[in-house]
Amino acid sequence: MNKNKLAAAFVEPGCAVNHDKSDRDRKRGCSAVTLQPGAAAGGCAFDGAKIALQPITDAAHLVHGPIACEGNSWDSRHALSSGPSLYRTGFTTDMSELDIIHGGERRLYRAIREIVERFQPPAVFVYVTCVSALIGDDVEAVCRIATEQFATPVIPVIAPGFAGSKNFGNKLAGRALLDHVIGTREPDHRTPYDIAVLGEYNVAGELWQVTPLLDRLGVRLLASVTGDGRYADVASAHRARVAMVVCSQALVSMARELEARYGIPFFEGSFYGTAETSTALRTLARLLVDQGAPEDLLSRTEALVAEEEARTAEALAPYRERLAGKRVLLYTGGVKSWSMIAALQELGMVVIGTSVRKSTEEDKARARHLIGAEADLFGQIPAKELYARLKRGDADILMSGGRTQFVALKTRTPWLDINQERHHAYAGYTGIVDFARQIDQALYNPIWRQVRRPAPWDQPKEAGHD
Amino acid sequence: MTDFGNAAKACAVNPLKLSPALGGALAFLGLDRCLPMLHGGQGCTAFSLVLAVRHFRETIPLQTTAMSELSTILGGADNVEQAIGTIYDRARPNVIGICTTALTETRDDDISAELPFILERHPEWQDLDVILASTPDYAGGLEAGWSRAVEAMVQALVEPSGRRRTLRRVNLLAGSHLSPADVEELRETIDGFGLKAIVLPDLSGSLDGHVPDDFVPTSLGGTPADLIRGMGESVMTLAIGEQMRPAAKALAERSGVPFTVFDRVTGLEAFDAFVATLMDISGTGPNDRLQRQRSRLVDAMLDGHFFFGGRCAGVAGDPDLALAMSGLLADLGCTVTRAVTTAQTPATEHIAANAVMVGDLDDLEQGLGESPALIVANSHAKDLSDRVGASLFRAGFPVYDRLGAPQRVSVGYRGTRDLVFALGNLLMDHDDTHPHPAGETTGERENHDRHIDATLAAG
Repeated sequence: MNKNKLAAAFVEPGCAVNHDKSDRDRKRGCSAVTLQPGAAAGGCAFDGAKIALQPITDAAHLVHGPIACEGNSWDSRHALSSGPSLYRTGFTTDMSELDIIHGGERRLYRAIREIVERFQPPAVFVYVTCVSALIGDDVEAVCRIATEQFATPVIPVIAPGFAGSKNFGNKLAGRALLDHVIGTREPDHRTPYDIAVLGEYNVAGELWQVTPLLDRLGVRLLASVTGDGRYADVASAHRARVAMVVCSQALVSMARELEARYGIPFFEGSFYGTAETSTALRTLARLLVDQGAPEDLLSRTEALVAEEEARTAEALAPYRERLAGKRVLLYTGGVKSWSMIAALQELGMVVIGTSVRKSTEEDKARARHLIGAEADLFGQIPAKELYARLKRGDADILMSGGRTQFVALKTRTPWLDINQERHHAYAGYTGIVDFARQIDQALYNPIWRQVRRPAPWDQPKEAGHD
Repeated sequence: MTDFGNAAKACAVNPLKLSPALGGALAFLGLDRCLPMLHGGQGCTAFSLVLAVRHFRETIPLQTTAMSELSTILGGADNVEQAIGTIYDRARPNVIGICTTALTETRDDDISAELPFILERHPEWQDLDVILASTPDYAGGLEAGWSRAVEAMVQALVEPSGRRRTLRRVNLLAGSHLSPADVEELRETIDGFGLKAIVLPDLSGSLDGHVPDDFVPTSLGGTPADLIRGMGESVMTLAIGEQMRPAAKALAERSGVPFTVFDRVTGLEAFDAFVATLMDISGTGPNDRLQRQRSRLVDAMLDGHFFFGGRCAGVAGDPDLALAMSGLLADLGCTVTRAVTTAQTPATEHIAANAVMVGDLDDLEQGLGESPALIVANSHAKDLSDRVGASLFRAGFPVYDRLGAPQRVSVGYRGTRDLVFALGNLLMDHDDTHPHPAGETTGERENHDRHIDATLAAG
């Protein structure tokens, strides 16, 4: 990988994590976390890049590597589309032994041609993987030539798995957009209300819980980077007046670059929970007005927030009663370690512990402030320990990602998916109500009493029944 | 006439093939207290893990040597040594199964040469078996990896036995196309003849879906290494699927145990052959239960064949799976217009289909012809079957949008009967009666009822 590019990807003055680091740590960058062989978990840089770019729904996404990279991963991400479905088609060069010996560039070129001729996509993203990087395929050159030959943008995404973590892959995907896509198209027209949203991938349709709110304010989502995205929209993202970075350390660098190149102010926000959603809308409105939008946007935003908050409070009331006092163990990371706490406390639940993996010092402080001194802040814990805690009955419910789902279920503890593989959307005002409903369903399902019953042969003998 | 072909295209579209390393890791999960590990980047393991967790709905123990750019350049032996140490300290497995990936094979890590030195340096690991399987992504799919891992298990563990034999004991080599429940079914059948089977690999104890009393960071259940060591003393090896031939051969070469390969054990005739072999080995006849099961299967075929005859289907899967499923459909009069598989193996040429090709799900979609009623493939074929308007029967790996895939029995008389019912029901749902001439439907229910009446009258 190009050394300058790699170094550039680590420069991150806009990142909250970096802010909190000492000078020395900052110089080390954020991918310097050495993975421990035999104890590592999590996705690779290619995975991260694919997650960040695949939601561009009308583009073709071609993975240049042997079968594992695409064969084992396609069709398993739940970023939704309101129209085109080409992004869901799995494309890979499925490199053979011969490709590896002779080089895979010819096959890659032919693969791009096949895709362009058959599907006519507005663009093709080509993902480099460990093996195509290792054998030195010049993917950038192939993409350049293909772009000319086929009159279709062919974008190299240089994020081979062994370059680093999933998070780092997100960043590299952002670089690919900055280097090859953003700024290459002009929007049909511009309004003072044009925004770009970065790092929201429309998992389970979360973006669609937010866009109706924007519509009501007359705010136009010029470019979604990249949830339910369209190539042409992403390419014109540089004309946004304001950018919002959603729950993502990874795309802050991209936002910063947009600010430097095009003068687009940005802020980091979240749509989880009522308070966060309101804050995000208010910040958006304020920044847009700062950029020259009419001032009445502020009062209209206040009116919308008041109306939505009242409606949400009413919808949540019955759940609050049933969820009050229930103990939650949160096993997630980053911003969610505290943004989820706020949402849960809104429901009257007690968070007995939260993991602060990948969280900033600021995130940790906010989490600590929210859950109080007795609750537990912890990093990554082995499955065995998690199992022991749940088995002891420490929590009424575990909220985590799919990886720990069966640890919880095997202890006969309710579980709720709060990570990206989930099928339910929890964003915005409607999202928090859906969230409450899902928790309620998980906790009050009638199976719990049954599955915790001892088997007939384990039951103490009752008098008169022997 | 079967038409064999390979897709000439450069780009795989909607891949069918999964990585061999994933197949190897799944096979290692069939050993008791084993922790499989992929020698590759952490993403290789992460993707495999997600698929396996979604398919089995279980926590899956699977580790990685976490190769980085730097360690790829310098060589991965240090990572392997470090990973074994970490796993040994944390999980105390009995066996660590290492599967290589395209990354480390392209780099040409010679772990088989390094491994003896690594183990020599660590006498504290003496109670640990470390088995290495070469499973680069560019050679075959999941089935190939499974096959190579089982062969590696045999090479690493089975002790040469000379001519000592334990009477009434057989080896059962189970292919990747068998579910944990299939393995259980075959074992019970073998039991019924008064024989004991050593099953390799055996997912029926480790991934059958149960709630253990405590958390174990390795596989739990599966074949203990000590049993494998003694496989050379069995009287016969029964290998299920062509993919198990190399392992059966290796076993025969090491210990002289004769073997029989069954290309499938799904279908009446196919399972009759298996039963006949058991009768030979045991010198006894089938018990009443097995006889009854056969009779029930015959009845199911009589009841069900109406819905198969003259219908068209497409099949996609690794060679042994495609062979078993196409074979059963053909047994019942259903035409498999195209079967797509992942590699050219001895099984490939025996797949009963009009056209057989090594390719992807797109090749299946393009080659279905008009009005396919049924697709047999993994969960990835959901969109495809919706597009072509066929019912999807999920088979193979991964099946993540149905409950109980690992618990489904598709072998033996009983499993075949259940399969005939399941496939027949899907074909029944798929209405292929003639549409109203004006293009208006007269109501699916009515058509459907007419269809049933007609078939009842015909019967």
